[in-house]
Amino acid sequence: MIRVEDLVKRYKKAETNAVDGISFQVKAGEFFVLLGPNGAGKTTTISILTTTLSPTSGGATIDGSDIVREASAVRRKVGIIFQRPSLDQNLTAEENIRFHALLYGLYPYAPTYALMQRAYRGQVEELAGLLGIAADIHKPVRTFSGGMRRKLEIMRSLLHRPKVLFLDEPTAGLDVPTRRTLWEHLTEVRRTSGTTIFLTTHYLEEAEEADRVCIIDKGKIVSFGTPDEIKRDLVEDYVLVDATDRSALGDELARLGYATSGGAPFKVELNGHTVHSILRSIETPLSVVKTHTPTLEDAYLEIVSRGDD
Amino acid sequence: MTEASAILAIAHRDFIKLLRDRARIISSFAFPLIFIGVLGSSLQSGFGEQAGINLLVFVFTGVLGMTIWQSTAQGIISLIADREEDFSQEIFVSPISRYSIIVGKILGESLVALPQAAGILAFALVLRIPLSLDQLARIVPALLVVAVFGGAFGVIVLANLGSQRAAQQIFPFVLLPQYFLAGLFNPIGKLPLPLDILSKISPLRYAVDLTRDAYYSTTGERVPQFDAPLNLAIMAAMFVVFMVVGTFLFVRAERNR
Repeated sequence: MIRVEDLVKRYKKAETNAVDGISFQVKAGEFFVLLGPNGAGKTTTISILTTTLSPTSGGATIDGSDIVREASAVRRKVGIIFQRPSLDQNLTAEENIRFHALLYGLYPYAPTYALMQRAYRGQVEELAGLLGIAADIHKPVRTFSGGMRRKLEIMRSLLHRPKVLFLDEPTAGLDVPTRRTLWEHLTEVRRTSGTTIFLTTHYLEEAEEADRVCIIDKGKIVSFGTPDEIKRDLVEDYVLVDATDRSALGDELARLGYATSGGAPFKVELNGHTVHSILRSIETPLSVVKTHTPTLEDAYLEIVSRGDD
Repeated sequence: MTEASAILAIAHRDFIKLLRDRARIISSFAFPLIFIGVLGSSLQSGFGEQAGINLLVFVFTGVLGMTIWQSTAQGIISLIADREEDFSQEIFVSPISRYSIIVGKILGESLVALPQAAGILAFALVLRIPLSLDQLARIVPALLVVAVFGGAFGVIVLANLGSQRAAQQIFPFVLLPQYFLAGLFNPIGKLPLPLDILSKISPLRYAVDLTRDAYYSTTGERVPQFDAPLNLAIMAAMFVVFMVVGTFLFVRAERNR
């Protein structure tokens, strides 16, 4: 559905690439998460994929349409929820929806709600019911809560039945309960519409439910795969051992066939063994034993902070 | 079909926004009324006799054309505000052509300018400026042309400005000199060459002159500088250049950040 090849973006007057040669693919119907810290290049990537920003080099296609040469076709195929809300605060919820429907040519223009086609009014009523805002649909968006605005934006972006829905940090700035209900809403949308979802976030827990995750940092891909694969890839489980007689311990570890790193103290990779079985098998008296079993979050933080020094 | 609906939707939104923004409606009347009521009246009482024409009427016709022209131009520049409020993302990510966005915006801002014109014309009655139905029938179409032309000017300014801040700081410098170069308050006589050149390339001059031509064509006074066809031809040429170059630059700047 999405194919990105060697994408590079360098902003004017910038010295480094905001996106630095990334390539990946997203399958149809997948829930794909682009994970990374602030400034990793997530929004830049989404802006390029949704054609509002030109790539410096490289390219991408969405459902077979080229993002540069066939920008108009791409825009028809995608829906997007921006990082910052893009509703017009002065318009009512219905007027915002109508504006979108007209921009995408879903219905012919009419000056008032009552004069819009019956099918449109039916759709609006249905949406309002789903969102539980039937009473407020003709009130200015200004009067809505942050979470409600987000839901309205998601509903709006699905009006033209996009093949891919892009969400750029949709939960940023929302409190925990609102984030949760928004998440449930999104899961429901996925289940009923089968839309491919491309989401960026810097919250690790939001990546846990994804089909596949791509971690980027400083414009480069750090890790890519299912959440489990990422875990395996990133999380390094080992037990650190040392002994007074280091050479005897080194020989013994080699004889037992454990993968170790360098000299003492020895990092013994677990590789499916348990800490207990490894320690039992070692006969050289040990002076130090330390286990290292980080969570995915620890591993993510390690990667992300690696570049900071 | 899609493009037409989209253009109407963009224009519709601008008009709705105006109706809900009372402060803007009031402030849009304030300046022209001060210019006409205070400046026009005092110029007339001080210099009316030497000038040989009624300066109140002169200022009124000038300010009328200027207000409409400037209103649309400023309205177009509000695309920058939209961009900063992130509403423009919604427009720019939609499949409609960039030209349709600009056309919709010009149409909308022209609609927004017209109630202002009605207000200023009503003020003319208060000041007892003679205004016949015949004159009105000529002024309204002229103002429509002026509004659309102002929109094109807005596009070329917009294309060269990066932010709302830049717009607020730079726009007065693009606008104020034109008040004088276009002969808004002062009949243009013989100008030194540099000013003469600046005056001739000042778009506002033709907008104001077209408005004056519509008013004075029934009075027989030789106030307008050019004939309506010449004004229209120059405005048409400028319109094409502003639109093509402006839209091109604007779209390019949007994508090549």
